[in-house]
Amino acid sequence: MTCDAPAPAASPAESAWRSHGPGRRSTRALRVRTSAVLVAATVLAVLLVPPLVQLDQQAVDLAAKLEPPSLRHPFGTDDVGRDLLLRCVYGLRVSLLVGVAAAVTATVVGTAVGAAAGALGGWVDRALMRVVDTFSSVPHLLLGIFVVAMFRPGVWPVVISVALTHWLSTARIVRAEVLSLRSRPYIDAAVSGGASRWRVAVRHLLPAVLPQAALAAVLMVPHAMWHESALSFLGLGLPTHTASLGTLIQTARGSLLAGQWWPTLFPGLFLIVPTLAIAGLAGAWRERLHPRHRSELML
Amino acid sequence: MFAVPALLVVTFGVFAIAAASPFDPVKAYAGTAALGADQETLDRLRENLGVDRPFALRWWDWLTSALTGDLGHSSVLRQPVAQVIGERLVWSALLCAVAFAAAVLVGTVLGVLAARRPGSAVDRAVTSLAYTLEAAPVFWIALLAIWLFALRWDVLPAGGLTDTGSAHVTFGQVTSHLVLPAGVLAISQLPWFTLYVRQGVGDALAEDPVRGARARGLSERTVLLGHALRSGLLPVLTLIGSRVPELITGALLVESVFSWPGIAAATVEAATAVDFPLLAGLTALATAAVLAGNLLADLLYGLFDPRVKLSDM
Repeated sequence: MTCDAPAPAASPAESAWRSHGPGRRSTRALRVRTSAVLVAATVLAVLLVPPLVQLDQQAVDLAAKLEPPSLRHPFGTDDVGRDLLLRCVYGLRVSLLVGVAAAVTATVVGTAVGAAAGALGGWVDRALMRVVDTFSSVPHLLLGIFVVAMFRPGVWPVVISVALTHWLSTARIVRAEVLSLRSRPYIDAAVSGGASRWRVAVRHLLPAVLPQAALAAVLMVPHAMWHESALSFLGLGLPTHTASLGTLIQTARGSLLAGQWWPTLFPGLFLIVPTLAIAGLAGAWRERLHPRHRSELML
Repeated sequence: MFAVPALLVVTFGVFAIAAASPFDPVKAYAGTAALGADQETLDRLRENLGVDRPFALRWWDWLTSALTGDLGHSSVLRQPVAQVIGERLVWSALLCAVAFAAAVLVGTVLGVLAARRPGSAVDRAVTSLAYTLEAAPVFWIALLAIWLFALRWDVLPAGGLTDTGSAHVTFGQVTSHLVLPAGVLAISQLPWFTLYVRQGVGDALAEDPVRGARARGLSERTVLLGHALRSGLLPVLTLIGSRVPELITGALLVESVFSWPGIAAATVEAATAVDFPLLAGLTALATAAVLAGNLLADLLYGLFDPRVKLSDM
């Protein structure tokens, strides 16, 4: 959680006191289970609702505009009478899509740069790490704003601007991992067995780095979603007719100032719940990947 | 010293991105008139503005005049960029300073409370609150705060620096307008600080000096505040300098929600209107702030940790 924007994930709570008391274990299991259920619910809702439910999220009903939450509209309706629950599900779909696309792009770039820096070492390493340092000296949202402002708002500029600011941490993680792996006996064995640099990198280093990179990618998805919604909220992200969680909150500003809280509240909750759930799952995963634990297994 | 080359590279990158983008400075300058203008006029304009030359040259011009204090002219605010920065920097600095001080204060209290009895109800409540706040988008918190405090309870103004219609900036008005934005910005910085203080103090409580202090029969209060907090807080304090990017990110969102007349709000305005000179100047300024923060973190580290020599850095 050093330089990234809001990191819900990186917990500094990794110390020994965690496992105190008999109740802690079950609390943790409960947390993991809840997170898993919530992530599954999110994914299912996002994948299944649009094709299965034959409801039009854009269906305007001016007679029912700005209705507070009720049984018919659990989240209420917006200023032109669209059902907010449906809008939120569609918005989550767009946000998640942008988040995953950006996280995958950032992870590929970050892993490539980190692996190159770690495996090649020397001046390549120094140069690449200077690039990473330089990139991190621009606040991420500002760099994103700049890119999107210059390239016009849209899905791809948003994905690129988020990816552009998020590969740095992955590059650092992967580089550190590769550096620690380089001195391992099995790499020495591969090198003395005559394997080429490329073969060592692709066959031996990369598979060992993948779990860490994948974990970083998963943790990056909520980040990227946050980033997208912040850009969209500022009017610099997705166009307003593409309902993402950020554009939903942005368009809700008007009705909020008129006193209607529900168009603002629910899209935000739709952003918080998956973030916490993903962070909960990734936390459990990281505990399994704990470096000390893993090196014991390897030796 | 990494700061100067980094700043050069970042500004160069800003010009390179602008050159690669579909953004056309001539059309931005001429506005709707550019639609009907003939090619010759556009070319002359291009030459007058100096944008027909390669971006590296324009960057060099910008840099050399920036060193003399001339950062170009903002088209959206109709002011020189340097003047925009001069007028607005003080409000941003005020907002960030108040918010950060509040976050540090509240974060320390919450972190110590949580660390005192790990696993207790207080600890779990503080930790869950911190994670939830960390996951909540700051602009969303800001909007809900406006709804609650400005609309529902009508106790605080919803935005701006002063009441509309008042000609002078008075202390009382600024204070009442500052509460909400600074509070929200503080909340956005709070989780990080709380969790780190909890971690630092918790670790310190498990170490030998604390055990020694307890064995000497010192009161729990002295142990907690005099020993654990002191050694647990130092590493956190040195991290403060590296939090500048997050502070800027938070300020960007908070200032634009609350129409706070600071630099960050101007950045968003500049981006919306694609005002390149203003955007370039403010990006450079933000980068300089981040680099200064990193430098501060290094210095504090050297100051507090006797093992680090300043001459090594």
